[in-house]
Amino acid sequence: MAYPQDRRYAKSHEWVHVVGDTATVGITHYAQEQLGDVVFVELPAVGTALVREGAMGNIESVKAVSEVIAPVAGEVIEVNAALEARPELLNSDPHGDGWLVRVRVAPGSESELMTAAEYEVFVAEEGAH
Amino acid sequence: MSAEWRRRRREPTIFERSSPGRVGYQLPPLEVPPADVARTLAGVAVRGEIEDLPEVSEVDVLRHFHRLSQLNYSVDEGLYPLGSCTMKYNPRINEELARLPGLARLHPLQPEEQVQGALALMWELEQALVAITGMARVTLQPAAGAHGELTGMLMVRAACRERNSPRGTVLIPDSAHGTNPATAVFAGFKVVEVASTPAGTLDLEALSRHLDGGDVAALMVTVPNTLGVFEPEIARAAAMLHDKGAFLYIDGANLNAFVGIAQAGAMGADVMHINLHKTFSTPHGGGGPGAGPVAVSAALEEYLPVPTVEKAGDRFALSFDRPRSIGKVRGFYGNFGMLVRALAYIRSLGRDGLKAMAEGAVLNANYVRRGLEQDYHLPYEGSSLHEVVFDDSRQRPAGVKNVDVAKRLLDYGFHPPTMSFPLIVHGALMIEPTESDGIDELDAFVEAMRSIAQESRENPELVRSAPHTTPVRRLDEVRAARSPVLRWRRRT
Amino acid sequence: MHRYLAGEEDRRRILAAVGAASVEDLFASIPSELRCGALDLPASRSEDEVRRELWGLAERNLAPDCTACFMGAGVYRHFSPALADALIQRGEFFTAYTPYQPEVSQGTLQAIFEFQTFVCQLTGMDIANASLYDGATAVVEAVLMAHRLVPGRRRVVLAGALHPEHVAVLTTYCEPQGLVLERVSFGRDGRVDGESLAAAMGEDVAAVVVQSPNVLGVIENLAMVGERARGAGAIGVHVVCEATSLGLLQPGGELGFDVVCGDLQAFGVPSAFGGPHLGFFATRQDYLRQLPGRLCGETVDADGRPGFVLTLSTREQHIRRAKATSNICTNHGLVALYVSIVLSLLGKKGVREVALASHAVAEYLKAGLTSNASGVRVAYPNSPSYNEFLVLHDDPDGLLRRLAGEGVLGGVSTARLRGGLPRGVLIAATERNTRDECDRLVEGIGRLA
Repeated sequence: MAYPQDRRYAKSHEWVHVVGDTATVGITHYAQEQLGDVVFVELPAVGTALVREGAMGNIESVKAVSEVIAPVAGEVIEVNAALEARPELLNSDPHGDGWLVRVRVAPGSESELMTAAEYEVFVAEEGAH
Repeated sequence: MSAEWRRRRREPTIFERSSPGRVGYQLPPLEVPPADVARTLAGVAVRGEIEDLPEVSEVDVLRHFHRLSQLNYSVDEGLYPLGSCTMKYNPRINEELARLPGLARLHPLQPEEQVQGALALMWELEQALVAITGMARVTLQPAAGAHGELTGMLMVRAACRERNSPRGTVLIPDSAHGTNPATAVFAGFKVVEVASTPAGTLDLEALSRHLDGGDVAALMVTVPNTLGVFEPEIARAAAMLHDKGAFLYIDGANLNAFVGIAQAGAMGADVMHINLHKTFSTPHGGGGPGAGPVAVSAALEEYLPVPTVEKAGDRFALSFDRPRSIGKVRGFYGNFGMLVRALAYIRSLGRDGLKAMAEGAVLNANYVRRGLEQDYHLPYEGSSLHEVVFDDSRQRPAGVKNVDVAKRLLDYGFHPPTMSFPLIVHGALMIEPTESDGIDELDAFVEAMRSIAQESRENPELVRSAPHTTPVRRLDEVRAARSPVLRWRRRT
Repeated sequence: MHRYLAGEEDRRRILAAVGAASVEDLFASIPSELRCGALDLPASRSEDEVRRELWGLAERNLAPDCTACFMGAGVYRHFSPALADALIQRGEFFTAYTPYQPEVSQGTLQAIFEFQTFVCQLTGMDIANASLYDGATAVVEAVLMAHRLVPGRRRVVLAGALHPEHVAVLTTYCEPQGLVLERVSFGRDGRVDGESLAAAMGEDVAAVVVQSPNVLGVIENLAMVGERARGAGAIGVHVVCEATSLGLLQPGGELGFDVVCGDLQAFGVPSAFGGPHLGFFATRQDYLRQLPGRLCGETVDADGRPGFVLTLSTREQHIRRAKATSNICTNHGLVALYVSIVLSLLGKKGVREVALASHAVAEYLKAGLTSNASGVRVAYPNSPSYNEFLVLHDDPDGLLRRLAGEGVLGGVSTARLRGGLPRGVLIAATERNTRDECDRLVEGIGRLA
C-alpha cells in the first residue's frame, strides 16, 4: 500500500492533511483494515478544542470500539456529516471521502508526525508482530 | 419437524399473522357496571385500541411460538460446552416445585405470618450456600451474576467509607470477564488491570506493587480463572490484601469446579457472588432470569442489602434493621422463583452429589482436553479444572479462525464453545462440557471437533462458509448494526 | 452415582484416558490447606423426598389464589393463560442460553424482536430493549442513561408518589455516581403539585421521574410533568408499575417523555413472592447509542434470507468493559417470552378489555367504599385512578389481618411499603375479581374497620 505523500501520519494511525491553517484528519487504510467493517462513528462537536494525543472520538465495528486519538491540537471547525449515514466510507475511502474532522491548527503543528515513507515502514513493522 | 422445513420456511412475526376478528382470550363476563370513562377518567389522556397489536387465535399463538422453539439449540438437545456459562441439565422437578401455588402465587407484600414457608425456604437456601462457600452470610437479592457483582462491590465501597478510608481503585486481572470492570466502574471505582503471569495466573509481585499505592479497595478475581486454572496463591493474595486494608472479591462464575472440594471462606474471600443459573441448575431461559446471591465474610456482613431473613425460634421474619446496609439493589427480595429451583437442586444432589458434580465437571473437561490437544493448540498448558481454553493458531495458517470452527460445529449438531474471552488468548475456544453428559456424548463432541480440524487442513472453505445445515446461514451483523431494524412495523 | 450424573464406568474410562490414578489427582492444583471436608448438608434425596420438603414449605404459606385477593402496590394478578406457561416450558426455550450463535437461536431472537415491538406499541416509543431485571432496576437504568445524556447535571427529581421500592433502589445506585435525589412530594389530591415541581427544576436537573398511575393509585398529570422536564432540558421518565394500564391510559411516549420504563409483571407473570418479574425500557430513536441492555435487530443471512441477531453490542459490558452503558449482562428473556405470549393472546382487543374491566371493578369498589360510612375514607375521592386506590385507616395491618381471617386479602398496608405514605390500605382490583369478592371486601371493611 502506497500512502499519499501530501500528508503526515501518527503512530495511532491517523493522518493529517494541512492546507493553510486548516488540518483535515482521518484514519489510515491500515487502521480501517484492523477495525473491520465500521458501523458507527462518534465525532466531536464543532467548536471542541482538541488536545494532541487526547481522545477525539470513537469508531465502532460490530465487535469492537476504538478510540480516535487527535494527532494535532486545535479547534474543530467541521465534521464529516456523511459518516452518520454512511460509516462504510471509512472502509471504502479512508484517505478521501472518509475523512473525520477539519481542525484549525497552528502552523507546523503536524511537523512531528511521520511522513508517508516513515509510516509505511512503521506499519510494516507493526504488521510483522 | 424436518430439517427441510426449517430451511425452506420462515415463520412470520406474530404481527404479520394477524387477521381481523381473531382473538386468543376470553374474560369472564363483567359482573359490575362498565365504567363511564368519560366521567371516571375526565381530564385524563385516554387511548383507544393500540394500532398494530396482533389479532390471532389461541392456536395461532401456539403454532407460532412452537415453531420458533424449533429454531433453537438447547441443553435438552445436546452438549452445550459454552465456557464459563456452565450449561448443565435443568431438572424438571425444579420446574414442578417452582410452580406450586403456595410458592409461585405469593404476593411479596403479604403479612409475614402468611408467608412463613417462603421465608423459611430463603433461610434454608442461605444456610446451604453458607455451608457450600464457608462464608458468614448470603444475600439472595441480586437478580443476576453481574447484579451480584455490583452488590458485592457496593458493600466493599461502603466498608471502605466506614473505615474512613475511601479508596478509589479496584484491581482486575487481564483474564477477567468484561462484567468485572463494568461493575467496578458502576460502583464508583477506577479500574486498574493487572497482567497475568506467563502461566495465566495472578502475579503476586504486580499485586504487591499496586497495593503499595494505598488506594486499592479490592481485587476482583475469578476462581478458577477463565482459563480453568486454579489460582494457587489465592490465600496469599488474600493475606496481602487484608494486610493493606483491602478486600478480596471472588467471582463465583466458576464455582461448579469446586463445590464440596474447597471453600471461598478458606481462601480468604470477603465477598463472592454465585450464579444460581450456572452451578445450581436454574434454567438460562434464553438469557435470564438468573439469580446472583452474594456471600460475604464477617467483615462485610453488616453491609448486606435489606431485608435479610432472620430466624427466631421457629418463626421467620424480614429484617430491615441494618443501619450500615447498602440499601436495596432491586425490588422486594430477589428472584424467588429461581431460589426455589436452586434449593430443590441442592437437596436433590446433597453433600455427596454436589461433590460428585464438581468432580464430574472436572473429569469431563480433562477428557475433552486430552481428546483435542493433538488437533488444537493449548496456549496455557497448566492443569485445568472444569474448562479448557484452546486457540485457533493451528487452524489460522489455512485461513480458519475460531469463529469458523464454531460455525462448522453447528453443522455437527453441537453448540460452540465461548470465543469472546479471555482476552489474553487470541482466537480462543473455551470449552466447558459440565458434568451432565456421559463419555459417549463427549466422544461425539471430540470426534466432531477433530473432524473439523481435519476439514480445516483439507477443505478450509467448507469450514469458512459454515454453517450449511442450520435454519439460517451466517447473518450479516454489519448490516444489522449500520441500519438497525429493532422492531416490526407495518409496511406502508 | 447420582441420577443427574454419568456412571462409575464413565469415570474409570476418563481417568484412564487422562492418565490419572484417581479423581483427587485432577484437583492437585488446589492447595491442601484450602480443601474442605464433607459439606454440612443433607445427603442426596429422591424426587419424592425433595417434593415432600418443598410441599411442606409451600403449605406454610397462604396462596392468594385460594382467597379474594385485592393486593397490588406494584404486583398484580391478571389474566394468566395456561398456554403461556406451557410454551415457556419447552426445553428449546428454557434450556437455551443467550442467543450468541444466531444460526441456532432464531427462535429466541425472533421472540425478542417481537417483544421489543410489543413494548414500543404499549409505550408509544420508537425503540425498546430486550428487557431488564425488574421495575426498580429499570428506573435506575433510566436515571443512569439521563446522566450519560446530560452529563454534569447532578440532581434527579422524583415527582410525586414514586414506589418506595424504586426510591430505595435508586438511592443505592445513585450515591456512587454522585447523583442527588430530590423528592417533590404529592399534594392533597395525591398528585404532584405543578408549582412545587416548577420550583424544583433547574439547569442542574438530569432527569424528572414520575410514576403514573402512582403508588397511591392516582393518575398523574403526565403532560404537565413532561413539559416541565422538557422546559428544563432534563430527561423525562414515565414509570409504569401497573402495565395493563397502558391498555387504557396514554403512555409517556405520546406525551413528550424521553423514557417509558417499569415492570410488565401485570401481564400475567406469577407474582412469585416478588420475582422474577420483568423490567422494560423504551425510549426515543435519538438515544439508541445510550440505551442499556440487549437489543435484537433484523438482518439477512448469507443467502439473503431474513433473520435476527443481537446487535449494537458495542454498548455492552462484554465489549466496552469499563465504559459500558450498564453492567447488566442478561435480560429476563424467558419472562419476556411469557409476556409476549400473553400479549399475543390478548391482542388488540384484549389489552383494552383487561384494562377497562380492571378499571370498572375498581370503580365499583371505590363507589362501595365511598358510600360506606364506617371506618375508612377513600383518600383521594376526586382524583382519577386506574385500578387501585388508597383508603385511610389508623391500623391498616390490624384491619388486613381481620379481613384475612375471613378469607379476604384486602390490599397492601402502606406501613408495609416503608415509604412515608399516608396510613391506610392500598386496594387493587383486576378483571379476575368477581362481584361477590368485591361485595365481601366492602362488607368486611364496613364491619371490621
